[in-house]
Amino acid sequence: MTTRALPIDPTPADRDRRLARQRLTVAILGLLVCLLFGLTLVLGQSYTPPADVARVLLGQDVDGASFLVGTLRLPRAVMLLLAGFCFGMGGVVFQIMLRNPLASPDIIGITSGASAAAVFMLIVLSLTGPVVSIVAVIAGLGVALLVYVLAARNGVAGTRLILVGIGVSAMLHSITAYILSSAPAWNLQEALRWLTGSVNGAQIEDAPPLVLALAVFGGLLFTQRRNLEALRLGDDTAAALGVPLARSRIAIVVAAVGMIATATAVTGPIAFISFLSGPIASRLIGSGTSLLLPAALIGAILALAGDYTGQFLLLPSRYPVGVITGALGAPYLLYLIVRINRSGRSL
Amino acid sequence: MTAHRGHVLTVGQLSAGYGETDILHALDLEVPPGRITVIVGANASGKSTLLRTMSRLLAPRQGQVLLDGRSIHQTPTRELARTLGLLPQSPIAPEGILVDDLVRRGRHPHRTIFSRWSRDDEAAVQSALGATRVTDLAERAVDELSGGQRQRVWIAMALAQQTDILLLDEPTTFLDINHQIEVLDLLIDLNRARGTTIIMVLHDLNLAARYADHLVALAEGRVHVAGPPEQVLTEDTVSAVFGLRSRILTDPTSGRPMMLPMGRHRMQEDHGAQS
Repeated sequence: MTTRALPIDPTPADRDRRLARQRLTVAILGLLVCLLFGLTLVLGQSYTPPADVARVLLGQDVDGASFLVGTLRLPRAVMLLLAGFCFGMGGVVFQIMLRNPLASPDIIGITSGASAAAVFMLIVLSLTGPVVSIVAVIAGLGVALLVYVLAARNGVAGTRLILVGIGVSAMLHSITAYILSSAPAWNLQEALRWLTGSVNGAQIEDAPPLVLALAVFGGLLFTQRRNLEALRLGDDTAAALGVPLARSRIAIVVAAVGMIATATAVTGPIAFISFLSGPIASRLIGSGTSLLLPAALIGAILALAGDYTGQFLLLPSRYPVGVITGALGAPYLLYLIVRINRSGRSL
Repeated sequence: MTAHRGHVLTVGQLSAGYGETDILHALDLEVPPGRITVIVGANASGKSTLLRTMSRLLAPRQGQVLLDGRSIHQTPTRELARTLGLLPQSPIAPEGILVDDLVRRGRHPHRTIFSRWSRDDEAAVQSALGATRVTDLAERAVDELSGGQRQRVWIAMALAQQTDILLLDEPTTFLDINHQIEVLDLLIDLNRARGTTIIMVLHDLNLAARYADHLVALAEGRVHVAGPPEQVLTEDTVSAVFGLRSRILTDPTSGRPMMLPMGRHRMQEDHGAQS
């Protein structure tokens, strides 16, 4: 029974197979994102040959296709892709850090906070541009802080935080609805966008803030990815493993809120993408690999597939993306609540 | 794996607690390096609070915890985590995590943002899995394991951290007696093979006396008495620390002292009158 002379097998075969499978899963997800992105560009109400799409993307003028692809479909696809990444990655971060799938930003009020702030800026103050994103991020952080303070009593217990978050979220949602309904220039498209999320009328000019948010906040999350994994073992174990709890948590929350709020300021709170991406990623990938990238990819898949379904598969009606993802997310929410009630556990 | 023997952990005039109330009152303690120190005491005597403060999970209100003369509450947490490991009382295993992945988390303080998984990391993990005899369970999910196996996996994670000092908060709670012995034997193996300084809180006085080199009895947030088990586990100590009448015999299997509690009932007449 000594610990010295143990044979060291540096690459156990089972583990290699598992890692290879995980890499393959991520690759397939990436491929799916590309396919859906392509589909959105190629096939709408009419079919545009991929060759024409490619020429439009390269900046050539193609009769009939330039407007259809360049002005209508491309901004839409790009916004869905970027917002999907942001919602997926930001969502899973909250779920991991708070160790509860219900603790996703669209349930605990962060998305609704960003959305209410964006609506206020756009409709009441008539402001546009980067300032809307910045205020949305600040509002998202403010809501995170508010929920934390309201839920904190002898430490933050998961269930209390979620219940407080749901309450705050409902309040913010009604503020959004109030601003929209009392706005002088009432417009259904706009209202749908801020209540459930939509990319109708997306413009390519909206992309840079999202790219920037992904780069800055995604980079910050990348530096925190191992701390985040350690935090899953509980605060005590994470601290014992050398995670600076306070600093790490602040960095993670700022990064996740930054992504979610920037995306919300552009597309509105696309329902349940944050909530669904993490659990799906966790199911597909399994143990041991960071869920950040898989969840981001699944967020993009949900956004692109949800929008495509709402636009073209349920004709003659057309629905914004948030209606479709909302319809997907609601049953899962019910399932989680029933399961938690039955088992008395939080995850 | 090279143990820099002799990291010295000392506690000086330590007061700590939760909320308004202090649980530890100006407590002093010196931990003998390379030995097994066991902390015992009644409920609310401050055992867990002491362990949490010694592992910097709780900030002291007054006094300090020094590692080689330097306050652990002022040492960067990652640096500290390479010397001082902790197994909390109820660590959380994420749903579905595999043993192998959990044990690998133990390498966290040795890795940086960009570093890749190294040969040293792999060697530390394999050696930890082997030492705790969970190599065969490596690809199993932690939630499927028995209580004893799960505790060995958590110890494996702490071993992969390769710290010279390891603190454990009641590592045998919720375990059957055979698994309790298995876990404690494992800690002795570790102490002998690597010279790891072990500090743990135990509930069972007899197991504490059997496995400790240095036994610390806490009462009301202070060290009541500390030293070799033979000197610490006495009828007087049990009476002062637990408020319990008892008899101390020599355990015929280990030669260590062994405590028999005396209640109001089920006492034979000839013993009942003693002490």
